[in-house]
Amino acid sequence: MRSVSVDLNHDASLLIDIPDALCERDKVKFTVHTKTTLSSFQKPDFSVPRQHEDFIWLHDTLVETEDYAGLIIPPAPPKPDFESPREKMHKLGEGEATMTKEEYTKMKQELEAEYLAVFKKTVQVHEVFLQRLSSHPNLSKDRNFQIFLEYDQDLTVRRKNAKEMFGGFFKNMVKSADEVLISGIKEVDDFFEQEKTFLLDYYSKIKDSTAKAEKMTRSHKNIADDYIHISATLNSLSADDTTILFVSVQKVEGRVASDQELKLTELLRYYMRDIQAAKDLLYRRARALVDYENSNKALDKARLKSKDIPQAEEHQQQCLQKFDKLSESGKKELTSFKGRRVVAFRKNLIEMAELEIKHAKVSTVVVYLVSSGLVWSQQLVTFK
Amino acid sequence: MAASSDRIPPPFPATEEPGAGPSDMADGDSDEGEDIFSNPMAVSRGVSQPDNVNEEPPDLFSEEEASSTTVKSNGVHSDDDNDLFADEEAHVELSTDTPGSSARKELSTSSGPHPASSFTRSPAAMQPTSLEQLEEEESKDSFDVDVAVTNPEKIGDGMNAYVAYKVSTRTSLAMFRSKTFSVRRRYSDFLGLYEKLSVKQSLHGCIIPPPPEKSVVGMTKVKVGMDDPSSVEFVERRRAALERYLQRVVAHPSLLQDPDVREFLEKEELPRAVSTQALSGAGFLKMINKASDAVNKMTIKMNESDTWFEDKFQEVENEEQQLRKLQAVVDSLVNHRKELCGSTAVFAKSMAMLGNSEDNTALSRALSQLAEVEDKMEQLHQEQAASDFFIFAELLADYIRLLGAVRGCFDQRVRAWQRWQEAQSTLQKKREAEAKLLWANKPDKLQQAKEEITEWEARVTQHERDFDRIGMTVRKEVLRFEKEKAKDFRSQIVKYLEAMLQSQQRLVKFWEAFLPEAKAIA
Repeated sequence: MRSVSVDLNHDASLLIDIPDALCERDKVKFTVHTKTTLSSFQKPDFSVPRQHEDFIWLHDTLVETEDYAGLIIPPAPPKPDFESPREKMHKLGEGEATMTKEEYTKMKQELEAEYLAVFKKTVQVHEVFLQRLSSHPNLSKDRNFQIFLEYDQDLTVRRKNAKEMFGGFFKNMVKSADEVLISGIKEVDDFFEQEKTFLLDYYSKIKDSTAKAEKMTRSHKNIADDYIHISATLNSLSADDTTILFVSVQKVEGRVASDQELKLTELLRYYMRDIQAAKDLLYRRARALVDYENSNKALDKARLKSKDIPQAEEHQQQCLQKFDKLSESGKKELTSFKGRRVVAFRKNLIEMAELEIKHAKVSTVVVYLVSSGLVWSQQLVTFK
Repeated sequence: MAASSDRIPPPFPATEEPGAGPSDMADGDSDEGEDIFSNPMAVSRGVSQPDNVNEEPPDLFSEEEASSTTVKSNGVHSDDDNDLFADEEAHVELSTDTPGSSARKELSTSSGPHPASSFTRSPAAMQPTSLEQLEEEESKDSFDVDVAVTNPEKIGDGMNAYVAYKVSTRTSLAMFRSKTFSVRRRYSDFLGLYEKLSVKQSLHGCIIPPPPEKSVVGMTKVKVGMDDPSSVEFVERRRAALERYLQRVVAHPSLLQDPDVREFLEKEELPRAVSTQALSGAGFLKMINKASDAVNKMTIKMNESDTWFEDKFQEVENEEQQLRKLQAVVDSLVNHRKELCGSTAVFAKSMAMLGNSEDNTALSRALSQLAEVEDKMEQLHQEQAASDFFIFAELLADYIRLLGAVRGCFDQRVRAWQRWQEAQSTLQKKREAEAKLLWANKPDKLQQAKEEITEWEARVTQHERDFDRIGMTVRKEVLRFEKEKAKDFRSQIVKYLEAMLQSQQRLVKFWEAFLPEAKAIA
């Protein structure tokens, strides 16, 4: 997961990590640890407990902040989802009577491993979110971000207040309108014209790929589970060699599934959300452009009527400034986003290919050893 | 026999010293869970362990046979029961003498050592005999008859169409008309052969290999057209199953001698087997179950003086159950693998689209390459699925059928016992009748009664002999079956592994080709 977003957490002035987390029922409590040399913080080294909802609050407040309209706000971490292993655990419990003790134990172990993997993933995704913020020149200085890192009390009260204040304004707006809006405006800037076309198209493609990748890794997992059952049944038939083969094949398949999941699917999923964040930026800029155009119209009208001209002029200036600011900042953000994305893809694809090769080689060795053991034994049997 | 000890297997990583011999004999039941590395080692160091074989669950790979040499083994029984590679023949005559003890124990009284495990067996005298035994058995086993079932061809059209297969035989045995020959046979011919053999041979306690089941659905599709992939798969599946069926039949020493088998292989035109209507999948199973029903309905429980049969029967039932379970999971594996094929293909297309969208040239190329790799992976998955199915799943299906046949022959033995008991009770009645007649003093009827008694005494003796004989045959058959099964499973697993090996090697190549593309991204 770390390779999904590269070059984070290198600036020693503000280092953030999540060294551990606790899972209570469904709620995950993250320990957010900060090490800083900045004087704006009260202590140089401290930790606070945070829940997922606190991260969402932080994300939303950043999104709602006018000043950051020209920035790509790092996507909020998804809610911890233990649904899959929990459901499987439930099914396992129901089917306990029908399987042997060994099969049950094996499956339970697998599920516990899956549970652990989900847990690790959610910790990492929350960590990356914070690290994106801390490595951003503007966002790292955000007051709410500091509160999030430092405030040693429960953030629940603040969260509730925030909800009342904003009412989830932006979020509740009809998001689908933004596509129409973005594609509808007359774009004067080539850069943004290209970006718009690219991002809209890329988003739909990457969303599709993410879904398909998820399905593929699920199939792999199913196969790995089948191998567990097979090896358990073979065990009760006392077929030793084959048990080992299938156990090791299962481990390899399971490993492939989790590695593919980790590398490719996570990569796709993360950048899908990141691209959505970039689209949000385009939306805000488009909104600003619309406002500017409207202010122009209003100024014309005012001039015609010879009424309230100074206010209209001022309003128009403000809109223009805002629009220009967004465009300038937006260009910077989108360019660095591009670079970031390419670097992350490169790293991930290399790691994925290397893992596939490694596992295939391991699998080859295992298969070779077992089969040569069997073949050799067969030769022994027939030898005179 | 120094020669045999020269054939020590190439050293495996943690080869232990062979001097462990005598002390190991005190060991308890060797763990079935020995891994691959220790099994060949077990062979090389020839660890002897006592035969606590009663508690062992049936091992797909173990072959419980021991030589019947007269050499005393001072109570040490064959360790090779636990050894995957044990291969010592049983001579059944030995087994009937000692009632009440596990037949395996009896059969392995004198354990001829495994060739490469010779050096730890202290009685050096054991060694020569076992090798001779081995040679004897080798010649017994090589029948030198090879059969193949090939070239499925659809004959005719519509609902009367059928598939004809080419049955080729290659042999050096004199009883056949020539060295190589072939005939064309259809599925019902195979069923007809099975029926004929069952009727004749099962009475002797033979395990008759069963052919693949009828399939109305499968055949109807084929009759309609042979081109779609599921029909092709069906025909190939049936062809392979028929071939294995025939190979098992000719591998059986008694069945090979049967004139019906010869006729099946040689005769140009076979009369159409009509009674195979009854031998659908359900029908054949019914035949087996009829025998078991008769057994279950018995009011007199068979007094088993020899627990070998009871134990073995239980083993067979357990094994069948486990195989069915395994079959279900393997079916699930095959389906999931097919799903994986589908989802990989879909993903590959999606990746290609994403690659097209990508504006960074190098990354775009890499993503397109990734899409191609995933396409190749789909191909690999397809092949793996075929391997899963044709090698693994079909193996299980075969053995579930065969275990049914094994159960059948056990039931035949019980029927034989029944007949003997019935004859005995009839004899008893005749004797009582004679006694009554003596009392009543009717000389002419008495003569008839005496004749009947003599007749039934003969019958009783005959049935007793039949029962003993069938018992011996069943024993022999089961041991032979277990040996064949171990060999079969092993060779199929090897095949499966080789396919997997190929697949993994190709996988490595694909990803190694992709890696530079990924590295070229800038």
